[in-house]
Amino acid sequence: MELAFLINIIGAGLRTGTPLLFATLGELITERAGVLNLGVEGMMLVGALTGFAVAHSTGNPWIGVLAAMLAGGAISLLHAFVSITLRGDQVVSGLALTFVGAGLTSVLGASYVQVRDVPRLPVLPLPFLYDIPLIGPSILWPLFGEKQNVIFFIGLLLVPAVWFWIERTRPGLQLRAIGEKPAAADAVGVNVGALRYFYVFVGGLFAGLAGASLSLAVTPLWIDEMTAGQGWIAVGLVIFAGWNPWRALMGAYIFGALRRLPLDLQAIAWLPFASNPILGVWLNMIPYLFTILALVFSSREAIRKRLGAPAALGIPYVRGERGA
Amino acid sequence: MRLKIEPRLEIPRWLPVVSIILALILALIIGAIPLAYGGLDPFEAYYQMFRTGFFEPYSFSDTLVKATPLILAGLGVTIAFRMRLWNIGAEGQLFLGAWAATGVALFWLPPTTPKVVMLAAMTLGGFAAGALWGAIPGVLKAKLGVNEIISSLMLTYVAVEFNNYFVYGPWAAGGFGLTAPYPRTAWFPRLTDFGDTIPAFRGMTAHLGILYGIIAAVILFVIFKYSKWGYELKVIGDNPNAARYAGMNLSRTIILTMIISGGLAGLAGMSEVAGVVHRLQENFSPGYGFTAIIVAWLARLNPLAVIVVGYLFGGLLVGGDAIQPAGIPLLIQGIILFCVISADTFTRYRIRLVQPAATTAQS
Repeated sequence: MELAFLINIIGAGLRTGTPLLFATLGELITERAGVLNLGVEGMMLVGALTGFAVAHSTGNPWIGVLAAMLAGGAISLLHAFVSITLRGDQVVSGLALTFVGAGLTSVLGASYVQVRDVPRLPVLPLPFLYDIPLIGPSILWPLFGEKQNVIFFIGLLLVPAVWFWIERTRPGLQLRAIGEKPAAADAVGVNVGALRYFYVFVGGLFAGLAGASLSLAVTPLWIDEMTAGQGWIAVGLVIFAGWNPWRALMGAYIFGALRRLPLDLQAIAWLPFASNPILGVWLNMIPYLFTILALVFSSREAIRKRLGAPAALGIPYVRGERGA
Repeated sequence: MRLKIEPRLEIPRWLPVVSIILALILALIIGAIPLAYGGLDPFEAYYQMFRTGFFEPYSFSDTLVKATPLILAGLGVTIAFRMRLWNIGAEGQLFLGAWAATGVALFWLPPTTPKVVMLAAMTLGGFAAGALWGAIPGVLKAKLGVNEIISSLMLTYVAVEFNNYFVYGPWAAGGFGLTAPYPRTAWFPRLTDFGDTIPAFRGMTAHLGILYGIIAAVILFVIFKYSKWGYELKVIGDNPNAARYAGMNLSRTIILTMIISGGLAGLAGMSEVAGVVHRLQENFSPGYGFTAIIVAWLARLNPLAVIVVGYLFGGLLVGGDAIQPAGIPLLIQGIILFCVISADTFTRYRIRLVQPAATTAQS
């Protein structure tokens, strides 16, 4: 029974952790370029509503996903303009983006709250797993399920792609350079401002994808503030991941599982939560408390291993100014 | 031709004020676009908001009521932001303050307690609970280097659940997410309570909390301007390394600042339940703690300006209640914040169009 429970939890993490993974990867890319965008929550909401509305009106969830990504990217440019061109405060600008995203989707999404018949993203069968001897039928099959939503596969493909782009390609080298030493990048002819704009936009695309995967796959409906802090958790996960895509994958799945954990714990008969639903409120705190715990853990590790944020994170680049 | 942004050597005194007013006007213009797209007449919506917020017979009092938590929490945010300590969890600290005040009013003191003692205990309890909630991210930041933006916000979600547990669980009355009403001894005096002696005050619900806000603002103003602590805040915010070399105790100042910041937000929650709601309930705050961030920033972290800006935003909330959908005030607040950060750039920098040749010659 314990093994089944554990498998159930991890399986849930794989399903519900994917939107978080997209958002985390997007913020990771933006931060590696030296821009801190705290507006993930707002961009996710914009993506979730756009994806839902467009899928609903076109009848095609993929067009919805595409529109959601473009909408997330478009609204991220507000932050890019304020923080890169105007050199405004990135923390406050990101907060403003979250307010705008939440307010905008609340105003424009009012008519979609009742809508239920949205075309969903398809689920695909998992090949080969069942045929693996011994662990196939007993562990892997229940863990991954017979089928997974297509977003799960997209997530699995995006992680190595992002890692390869950042660590192994020439544009990736420029990306790291403008995040660590923009003055040096500038000196060899890299257009720091334009590239930062581009990577803020990419972060917006990912956040839009994250939102659409919520509203078109995980919980296929639209309600105000449906992200429930996941955008902020994604910002925390980037720190937890030490700006590394593979650790972002791990973190996102763990937190996906933690989001489901309250439901699963309430179903266990011998715990007090089953008989007293009020106590379940304490369980709802789990993902948020674990985010803080994860930050404590990763901050200590960062000090020990001298890992850290990109050196120029949050600092506007101005040619010829000290500290740039 | 290209844009050239260069720092201003001196900033004229009128410039920040003018730029903020222009930013507000610009924000209203930009905000009209999504309003129109959402099927509303922007002029009608703005007219309704301003009329309800500022020009009705009871507008002044109603707006003061909404301004009270904004001012108190906005002052809390101001202190933290002064040392670039990004406490964005004022909303959670506000919930904790309201929770403790409710504990005092309903459970920890008998209802026969004299009003002065009762209100004093609620004030202390509200401040202490908010301070404790603010101290957590402060200690984590000072001792372990944990990012306070994330931790203070995560604690807000925790605080909301914590509040839910009490209003649906042990403190519930009826099971609808509310406690029993407070005894009258736990109510802040309101203007309308003096209606018998001063008839003009009848029906006005502005309460003692606004005085808390004004007094706190004046105290903070004096502290920032004249005390060693106020000076340390500014130095640490501007240049933490210089502050460390000068022998300032960074981690003690961080924790102390977060305690006071959280305590003021806790007072905001306490004054809201003691002055307006008179009980604890689910979602008693329409995001005061978040709006307080905008109030603080718009006031340029000046405590006295927080009063003025808090009043303006109180009016925006009162007016926002008059129009649907409910997300409009939030949207406009976000746009205002963007416009204000942009306006900051125009005060700090001079922006000119220059010929490309001139740029290369200079750089």
